[in-house]
Amino acid sequence: MLQTNLKHLMKADEHKKFIEENENVMICCGRNGPMCIPVYGIMEDLEGTYKNVKFADLEFDNPESSVIRNAPECRGFMGLPFTVYYKNGKLVKATTSIQNEQQITTILDAEFGKP
Amino acid sequence: MLDKNHYNTIIIGAGPAGLTAGIYLSRAKVRTLILNEGVVGGQMILTYEIANYPGVEAITGYELSNIMKKQALSFGCEIRANIRITDLSLEGKIKQVTLADGTSFTSDTIILAPGGRPRTIGAAGEDDFKGRGISYCATCDGDFFTGKEIVVVGGGNSALEEAVSLTKYATKVTVVHQFDHFQAYEHAIEEARSNSKVNFILDSTITAFHGNESITSVDIKNLKSGESYEFKTDGAFVFIGYLPNTEFLVGKLELNKNGEITVNAEMETSIPGVFAAGDCIAKRYRQVTTAVGDGTIAALAASGYIDSLIKKQK
Repeated sequence: MLQTNLKHLMKADEHKKFIEENENVMICCGRNGPMCIPVYGIMEDLEGTYKNVKFADLEFDNPESSVIRNAPECRGFMGLPFTVYYKNGKLVKATTSIQNEQQITTILDAEFGKP
Repeated sequence: MLDKNHYNTIIIGAGPAGLTAGIYLSRAKVRTLILNEGVVGGQMILTYEIANYPGVEAITGYELSNIMKKQALSFGCEIRANIRITDLSLEGKIKQVTLADGTSFTSDTIILAPGGRPRTIGAAGEDDFKGRGISYCATCDGDFFTGKEIVVVGGGNSALEEAVSLTKYATKVTVVHQFDHFQAYEHAIEEARSNSKVNFILDSTITAFHGNESITSVDIKNLKSGESYEFKTDGAFVFIGYLPNTEFLVGKLELNKNGEITVNAEMETSIPGVFAAGDCIAKRYRQVTTAVGDGTIAALAASGYIDSLIKKQK
């Protein structure tokens, strides 16, 4: 399990339910590794500010994460973590490798609106 | 009268140097605030395993960061992470830091410990292919290159050690280095040279990355002959050192030509009451242990400076 304080998604069904039941969703799919941990940390910090967005993680090595790993938007990605953003159940943005807070908030603001 | 936003010391940066200074100062009952633009831990958090930190057999950088953070908080140190500094006033008796949300903090002393970040090549296409073939972390992304041919850029310990570790996945690893010799320790050079999967292109640099969804080739330029050619590759790992995070200090205090803060043995900068510690200062060795040492000295010196201010007031 990932060492984060985020909601952990473990099953593909859980992932499906999560993105369908919430209008704005950000999910980080990674490992307990150096490029992923900073992104989890930023997400934890942003949870309090972006009340309009639901945040979660999904372990990259969990076979159920194929729902993200095999998404067309993640084709060509070769750097962890894969971070995906959903609006009304539809994947609207995906990034690969480490991102800083400014890069993340720029996407959140553009896709989901400023908090 | 000074308000609740006034601290004895503000520390900018929460890597090992900043956290250590925070631990020392808050334990000495010095009112201390740490401001950090990223996640607490700095470069330390990017280290998969730290095996040479005295007193600890082996630990992840994430775990060590969390322990240091908890220690600092337990002594009353305040920490604000993921903030952005928009203004900084270092001159005068009272220092001031303003954040993007408009909040301002003042202090008697400031310890600058903003750390560093991995140096990038600056070649065409580097930003576009980050995470799509270009990586700065072998531990994180090595397995994406299983059965593929890759290049490793650099000639220091990190580059050669990671080149060898990447042979677990890649069928061929080509080290591209700008000089005709390596800066790495001899044992790292020997290990890389004796690995049949590792090849070398010396006196050369990468000038461009090409591909579609991910990298398919790079342009390599021989720095002696000036000749450039296309080199087929599936990925590139870059390990060419670090840059200090000191852009926000340009014109505010003395930096050397590398952008590093110049300090004396007490970690004092060119401005009274302003100290610096860790990877941002001009020094030869950059380790977690040296950052911890710098942070300790800066904290003790800052504490002494505050004591002298109190004595002057009496």
